[in-house]
Amino acid sequence: MTKSAREDVIRCEGIWKIFGRRSRQAMEAVRSEGLSKTAIREQFDCVVGVQDASFSVKRGEIFCIMGLSGSGKSTLIRHINRLIEPTSGSVFIEGQNVNEMNARDLRALRAQRIGMVFQSMALMPHRTVRDNVVFSLEVRGRPEEERARVAAQAIEAVDLTGWESKYPDELSGGMQQRVGLARAIAADPTILLMDEPFSALDPLIRKQLQTTFMALSAELHKTTVFITHDLDEAIRIGDRIAIMKDGVLVQIGTPEEIVTEPADDYVADFVAGISKLDLVSAARIMQPFEQYRRTRPTDGIEAWPVARPDDKLNRLVDLAVGTDHPILVKDADKVVGVVGKRALLRGIQGREDATACQAEAV
Amino acid sequence: MAGETTFSLLDPFRSIDLDIDGRTDGIKQWAIANRTALQPIKSFFDGLIGWIENLMQSIPPTVMLLLIVLVAWQAAGGRVALVVAVALVALGLLSPDAWSLAMTTLAIVNAAVALCVIIGLPLGVLAGKSDRFEAAVRPFLDTMQTIPAFVYLVPVVMLLGIGNVSGVIVTIIFALPPLVRLTSLGIRSVNPGVVEAARAFGATPRQILFKVELPLATPTILAGLNQTIMLSLSMVVIASMISVKGLGNEVLRAMGRLDAGKAIVGGLGIVILAIVLDRVTQGLGRSGRARNHRHWWQEGPVGLVMRLFHKSA
Repeated sequence: MTKSAREDVIRCEGIWKIFGRRSRQAMEAVRSEGLSKTAIREQFDCVVGVQDASFSVKRGEIFCIMGLSGSGKSTLIRHINRLIEPTSGSVFIEGQNVNEMNARDLRALRAQRIGMVFQSMALMPHRTVRDNVVFSLEVRGRPEEERARVAAQAIEAVDLTGWESKYPDELSGGMQQRVGLARAIAADPTILLMDEPFSALDPLIRKQLQTTFMALSAELHKTTVFITHDLDEAIRIGDRIAIMKDGVLVQIGTPEEIVTEPADDYVADFVAGISKLDLVSAARIMQPFEQYRRTRPTDGIEAWPVARPDDKLNRLVDLAVGTDHPILVKDADKVVGVVGKRALLRGIQGREDATACQAEAV
Repeated sequence: MAGETTFSLLDPFRSIDLDIDGRTDGIKQWAIANRTALQPIKSFFDGLIGWIENLMQSIPPTVMLLLIVLVAWQAAGGRVALVVAVALVALGLLSPDAWSLAMTTLAIVNAAVALCVIIGLPLGVLAGKSDRFEAAVRPFLDTMQTIPAFVYLVPVVMLLGIGNVSGVIVTIIFALPPLVRLTSLGIRSVNPGVVEAARAFGATPRQILFKVELPLATPTILAGLNQTIMLSLSMVVIASMISVKGLGNEVLRAMGRLDAGKAIVGGLGIVILAIVLDRVTQGLGRSGRARNHRHWWQEGPVGLVMRLFHKSA
């Protein structure tokens, strides 16, 4: 990929949000004395929503923020289009400081460059599906022909053709959220903000909509910030995941990193129940080939099954089922490592193989 | 006299006289001395009300009846139109001049309600947007609704004289509060998520008000309008004390002569007008779902005419 394609589209630097009447003083106290959250609550009667959050999202990336309710994730996402003003810190969109924009520029940013989907759908009950979808064009005063064309495209993209002149309360929950999605992509924004978009839907519909969203996302290549309280969803959708707890971003990493190297017990608890089969790659569990050769025989190596370093455990299991040999990991014809049965089983369990360096008993 | 009473801790109020009534009377005297300044405004509104009344009186009763029934059909559907038709025929049959008296009353009520909307809607929107403004207007609204009408009847007459303009003003004082209160309530109870979405898609505060908040608050605002109309009608007898003609005047005169028959004609007339206006304005407030998501021009007499045109086209 070219360099420009990997630039940061969203960059948040040191975002603090303190709610309460005396949030300014509380912020001063945090800066000068480093007050803890409890101290802030006791001394200033203020609640810390987001605590020193910094992250950036690259062009085309899907960035998931995962946390339980009350962890501050919905507050954090609202800083990106400045629905909420930070107490401290700044947000940059494609290099522009959002917090320094005037009202007009901010509205233009919201209408043209950022689309947002809400957990509560937040459709306007007095407007038809079509008029909901093109709301952002309407507030910018775009001509009727353009609105009609855009509405038709966006509605087709979410598979709702034929429902244009219905009202939101005539649609099922899943369909309503499709309208929400169509509304968000209608203005063809650079950025999509998804605030728990599928959480209110039942599991089957949720899965369907995730699929729709991922297909759309692959096609449109939008930079996305996706909020969820469901780790499975985060892993399914996200290129990178940030885990949020009590207003703090505990860990940011790829799904594989989060699952294999949890930063603390909190994250470890979360990922404990997650299946590693489609997340962990051979490169992570293999033993380097040189090391292996020193301790173990490599007779009949030609007959060993071969995998690539980024093959997931699922694939390795398929290979292992057909043979008694260990699996060779080859990167561009060069043997880089070996995955023994033991390492594979431990990998599936999500534990390190403590004896990997010692001789493997067959 | 107050000055002669010695101060007692147990009954302190008897010995203190701030002379509030005297001072207020002084303000009144000053206002009356300068009342010519109000004359142009008064004559403007007098002309306006007179024009409305003339218009309503000049339309033949049968035509007027049909017009009201058609409006009711359009606004509230066929069933309500039928009720309205029966009610209006009953009104006309009450006595030979009942219809003309009712039109006079309707003209006054119309003028008062129109002014209530012009004043009350913006006030209600402001109150819905600002807690401070709401806190500031609330005592005034409470006063307007509870202070006995006779208290402000006298000063209003002294300032503007008897007649329709004074009648409309005392009616507005009494009938305005529910419209302001319910407009504020309607704006406040709009789903904040929808307003947030409108903000997130770049709407200006003005667009949010006109495209989101007011449309969503409409049912509540119409309930307020309905209350305002009902309260306006309930003021017609009191207004008739300052020489406002119409059904209220019939009731007042009948009371003076202990003429129960005449009182019933006037009283029933007011009740029938109230029923008609209530049903029509309540019909306006039906939600989209209750109307099967059809637009107003797709139903009622207008819908009928439109369909005829479409067929012939």
